[in-house]
Amino acid sequence: MNESMSKSRQVYKVIIYIVCTFLAILSIFPFWIMFMNATRSTFQIQQNSIGLVPSTFLMSNYKILMGKTFNPITGFINSMLISSGATLGAVYFSSLTAYALVAYSWKLRQPFFTFIMAVLMIPTQVNAIGFYQFMYRIDWTNSLWPLILPAIATPAVVFFMRQYLLATLSLDIVDSARIDGAKELYTFNRIILPIMKPAIATQAIFQFVFHWNQLFLPLILLTNNSKYTMPIMVSLLRGDIYKTEYGSVYLGLSMTVLPLFIVYFLLSKYIIAGVALGALKE
Amino acid sequence: MQRKTISYAKYGYFFSIPFVLAFLIFNLYPLIYTTVIGFTDLRGLMRTDINILENPLDNFRAVLSSPLFQRSLSNTAIIWIFNFIPQIVIALLLTAWFTNRHLKIRAQGIFKVLIYMPNIITAATIALLFYSLFGYPKGPVNDLLLGLGFIDQPLNFHLQRWTARGVVAFIQFWMWYGHSMIILIAGVLGINPTLFEAAEIDGASATQIFFRITLPRLKTIVLYTLVTSAIGGLQMFDIPRLFLLGGPDNATITATVYIYNQAFSGSYLYNRAAAASLILFVIIAILSAILFYVMRDRDLVRQRKRERQMRRDARARAREVAV
Repeated sequence: MNESMSKSRQVYKVIIYIVCTFLAILSIFPFWIMFMNATRSTFQIQQNSIGLVPSTFLMSNYKILMGKTFNPITGFINSMLISSGATLGAVYFSSLTAYALVAYSWKLRQPFFTFIMAVLMIPTQVNAIGFYQFMYRIDWTNSLWPLILPAIATPAVVFFMRQYLLATLSLDIVDSARIDGAKELYTFNRIILPIMKPAIATQAIFQFVFHWNQLFLPLILLTNNSKYTMPIMVSLLRGDIYKTEYGSVYLGLSMTVLPLFIVYFLLSKYIIAGVALGALKE
Repeated sequence: MQRKTISYAKYGYFFSIPFVLAFLIFNLYPLIYTTVIGFTDLRGLMRTDINILENPLDNFRAVLSSPLFQRSLSNTAIIWIFNFIPQIVIALLLTAWFTNRHLKIRAQGIFKVLIYMPNIITAATIALLFYSLFGYPKGPVNDLLLGLGFIDQPLNFHLQRWTARGVVAFIQFWMWYGHSMIILIAGVLGINPTLFEAAEIDGASATQIFFRITLPRLKTIVLYTLVTSAIGGLQMFDIPRLFLLGGPDNATITATVYIYNQAFSGSYLYNRAAAASLILFVIIAILSAILFYVMRDRDLVRQRKRERQMRRDARARAREVAV
């Protein structure tokens, strides 16, 4: 009886491995086809759209792609500027706000925190019309600032940083810095921020990816193609001018995915740990 | 003695100023502005004037009775449900497997990394990639299905309502089930291990342990996943917008795509879009309130309950004395 039980457990384990492998392949397969088709000609793709090995048409696809409106370098630079600026703003000012919530006892502390919790889930889409009109009035459409500055108020990051500080910060450190005569902001920049480094790294990755992938607001605000971000460049590939250039479309998509792949596979450990950490709110 | 009177409380206010200012300028003001626009006749390019309508509720009435808006809400709900049910089922299944201490599944790290991966890739790119993958008459998915003998003729996924919705729901599922899985696994790891040990000593099977101990303890996290997924689902824009531009026959127009189309693609009906935004805002606020209630500080609630009980007891006693 014991033997049959261990045998059925073996069968069960084999099924589990098969399902997990299938799901893993399901994650990779679309991207694999994309990378391979980026090196194949339109004719080859029309003959057989699943190419598992690379071909030799990478350069000709590249020439066709770059000969039209798609400009990955401009997109890359603009996305880089927006994502870096927004990430910096979100992480620094959220840490500062979280520090204010943890280290000082002030009258409105609890109401302020409740307020942050209340607006945690409000998305930008619901105020986009007013935001657009506001930016139009101050002539800030086609500027990168309206995509960077709002990140200073990112409630989710404040919430996360507060949890982290509550668990790690000992107020003795702050007190001893005060005895040494340090100013409050100096204490925050030189002593508290270094303590928060692990939390900052995690949140920085997520904020960066979030802003890098944003489509809604950039699409509304940026109409000048020298200001286009990477996701807007991607949306151009949907247009008629690329309709029959299958290989070039796959190449354009590959170029937008490649930087994310590199970042992800270098940092996947921290990213997975970060997602798990976000769940420990309870 | 003098030192003790130094109060640092003011720094709590100082350090919150950047957040509060950014919030007021870039969130609250635009929200109020959107609300006001919802009551005006603001339509057409390059207009910024504010004229409140004679019947201020006209835009809301028009949006709520618009078949397209109703369609966009029902599309959002349909696509979300068809994404969420398989998402939570598979995420729970993987959680049960990966946290089962007897099975000891190897290479979990690699599986987690690969399964989570689609979540960080630009949604715009994924929408276009799947548009190509589901191409008709030649496309990788059609070629694969034909090759495996599942179908005799290529399917035009882009032209039929239900296949189009199905693909959008599948993309959402595919991008998010890894995320839910990691959150659920973290939840299981947070359960006190002695509970599992005790159950094992009592002779409970793995299935019993999962349904009787793991799942009830995960209730809050499952609920959290449900509500955050619903709020995220209401914002679904990139994929339905780029996959089939809302088509075929408006089958994949979602609420945010509707708002975008009203305001920014040709018709410039800012007032209608603003009214639709506010309706969406109300729905999200209700869901947020549910989340807030679910995630509230348990101890605080219990303490308040106790206080209320004590007050009630005291009052009852006072009444007795009065009688």
